[in-house]
Amino acid sequence: MPSAFRTCPATGRRIHLGAELLVKANAVVAVVSLLIGAIAALLLVLTRWQAVHLLPAEWYYRILGVHGMNMLIFFIIYFEMAVLWFCCTALLNSRPAAPRLGWVSFGLMFAGAALVEWMQWSGRADVLFTSYPPLKADPLFYLGVILFAVGALTVVGLFFATLVIAKREKTYEGSVPLVVYGAITAAIIAVITLLHGALIYIPTFLWSLGIIPEVDPEIYRMIWWGLGHSSQQINVAAMVAVWYMLAGLTVGGVVLNEKVSRSAFVLYVLFISMASAHHLLVDPGFGPAWKIVNTSYFMYMAVLASMIHGFTVPAGMELGMRLRGYTDGLFGWLRRAPWGDPGFSGMVLSVIIFGFVGGITGVTIGTEQINIIAHNTLRIPGHFHATVVSGTAMAFMAATYYLLPLVFRRKVAFWGAARWQPYLFSLGMLLLSMGMTFAGSFGVPRRHWDISFSQAPFDVQFNPAVDLVLAVMGIGGIMAVTGALLFIAIAVKSVFFGEPVGEWKTGTYVPGIPPGITNPPVHAANVDEINERLHGGRGFPGPTPGTMVLVFVFLGAFMVYYFTNWKLLSQLWRLG
Amino acid sequence: MLTKVHTGLDPVPGIWWKPAHRAEKVWVAIAFAWCMVLFAMMPLWHWKGGQNPSGVRTRVEPKAFLARTQAFANQYKVDTDRGVPVVAPPPGSEVYLTAMTYQWYPILKLVNGKTYRLHLSALDVNHGFSLYPVNVNLQIVPGYDYALEVTPNATGDFRIICNEFCGIGHHTMVGRVIVTDDAGNTLSDNRSARLGGVP
Repeated sequence: MPSAFRTCPATGRRIHLGAELLVKANAVVAVVSLLIGAIAALLLVLTRWQAVHLLPAEWYYRILGVHGMNMLIFFIIYFEMAVLWFCCTALLNSRPAAPRLGWVSFGLMFAGAALVEWMQWSGRADVLFTSYPPLKADPLFYLGVILFAVGALTVVGLFFATLVIAKREKTYEGSVPLVVYGAITAAIIAVITLLHGALIYIPTFLWSLGIIPEVDPEIYRMIWWGLGHSSQQINVAAMVAVWYMLAGLTVGGVVLNEKVSRSAFVLYVLFISMASAHHLLVDPGFGPAWKIVNTSYFMYMAVLASMIHGFTVPAGMELGMRLRGYTDGLFGWLRRAPWGDPGFSGMVLSVIIFGFVGGITGVTIGTEQINIIAHNTLRIPGHFHATVVSGTAMAFMAATYYLLPLVFRRKVAFWGAARWQPYLFSLGMLLLSMGMTFAGSFGVPRRHWDISFSQAPFDVQFNPAVDLVLAVMGIGGIMAVTGALLFIAIAVKSVFFGEPVGEWKTGTYVPGIPPGITNPPVHAANVDEINERLHGGRGFPGPTPGTMVLVFVFLGAFMVYYFTNWKLLSQLWRLG
Repeated sequence: MLTKVHTGLDPVPGIWWKPAHRAEKVWVAIAFAWCMVLFAMMPLWHWKGGQNPSGVRTRVEPKAFLARTQAFANQYKVDTDRGVPVVAPPPGSEVYLTAMTYQWYPILKLVNGKTYRLHLSALDVNHGFSLYPVNVNLQIVPGYDYALEVTPNATGDFRIICNEFCGIGHHTMVGRVIVTDDAGNTLSDNRSARLGGVP
């Protein structure tokens, strides 16, 4: 086990070699899972696009389960493990706690993931991602999930232990950086989430073995979604942390106010585990008071947190750019931003699509009554592909473009392609999300092999517009999968066959190394003075008038979409 | 009293609990107010609105629920379509619908503008009730009776699509609801309604 440190030539940070190896291993397995998930995605989108209808029914449902587990669990959680290791060691100049145990947990997660893959591909777990009982899978499927969760929980424990080590060994001064604070938030939510997972998968495992007679299907749904939805909140917290990190690395984005940003993270921790209720709004097991309190994350305080980050992240970038002299007009800072840096463009696209598409649709369809016109239709995957994929996965890809040179010390391969990969991927995902959302508005169900209902006893004819929006979904899906495969090709080539970063002169442009590294966005020496000046005497838009305009555009779009849905709901049969 | 300029990657020396600029305060206040609107809409709709997923919710033994549905179907049966009874309960009565792999039982015949209490439950696994093209979607969980007051607002020949994965034949699970006017006529041409959909 190497225990020495190296000094990063680009950032001057002390990086522990053993920890770096853990970051690498987790990131590599994440990319492998992404590959499996992406191939599954292509098969699925070509099946749901009714004009193509590729897979037979059995394989459609099987691959749907494979896609869910690989993308939502394996890819994302492995990557988050890499982010946690990176944040607690590299960003704090610290050594990792118990790296050997770190490898044991890595092994546990790997064994769990392999078991799940085996069960799913061999058709012994055709229960989809949610595995709602009384649908029953092979016991090894549940065991695989439990092993994976235990491994992940151990890594989270080691993350906290490393924070203690860093504090005790005084590897940094003052409070942890905001990015690490965000990672801590993600880790705390991960504990809550994984405990829910244990709470429900252990009895389900015992039930599948015949040791306990039954698992109540409604209680399963409630606790399972404490895992299923809350795990998406780990993603949100980790993604926001990555936003702050990339804003700093690419354009010198500043933290406007630590109190505001950190309080928003605290709101996530306090209220996010209520999110399970979003999936139970039209369930028979719960009353309206429970639904209203829980689905609103207690009065939408977690939504408030996201709206705060939605302001502070772009505002931090705007101020960072203005402090570096890009002060012309309202949006000069945006025009002059490094749009050819995939770390920057990927992050900005992630912020925009997560907020405008994922956020707005999510809050709207997660409203108790509006859920009646959305539950289990294609609107649901339309929403979460905009959050988890266009948001989290895109942010993680953008971060990878910086991790390749900083952690793997390799140039980004296919640099020309890497520069437009975020645009291809995001545009594809946007079309896919919109296609799904509109199809769902016409009542097209999710998780459904054949919406031509050719084998059903009664005919169902969808509006011809559905064919069109499903074609949009199909084309978007193909573009997005192409973007994902391109990303995988770039990552694999860089890591295993990449050119070492070598030396460069600060301020120059080196193909293969993001400009934020070779030409770091430094602020002027008298930056605090300029900051005082920008803050003073500008009225309420303050030092970031451009962002102020953008957030009001966002709020306007939100209001229109939200009230349009109430209007549509009011035209239904009376129901109560 | 500004924080020293720094990025999210830098540790923060000293105390970071410092007053925010007016711009941030304004946005947080507006966002908070909007969150209160989002919150208030839900209780408001229970009070003023016509579509709420509340109903009366009780536990029920799946087999007992099926037996009750069969008794109900025998009592009000008027016809048979593809082997499934067509049932026309009187307005105001209790109506039962059982979901099972891969069938909705029975076919319901309701009168436009009249209110019924619709009991939904499943015999085996989770199912999804999706009334097409009205686009009413409800979760059906075995062991739970979900009883909702429903009032159709249009005549026509409607479908129930299962939209929760229930097994390999999930996509063949389609049921039927017929809504007639007071004279017992279904407007033959509800094609526009059937195509339906929400823009």
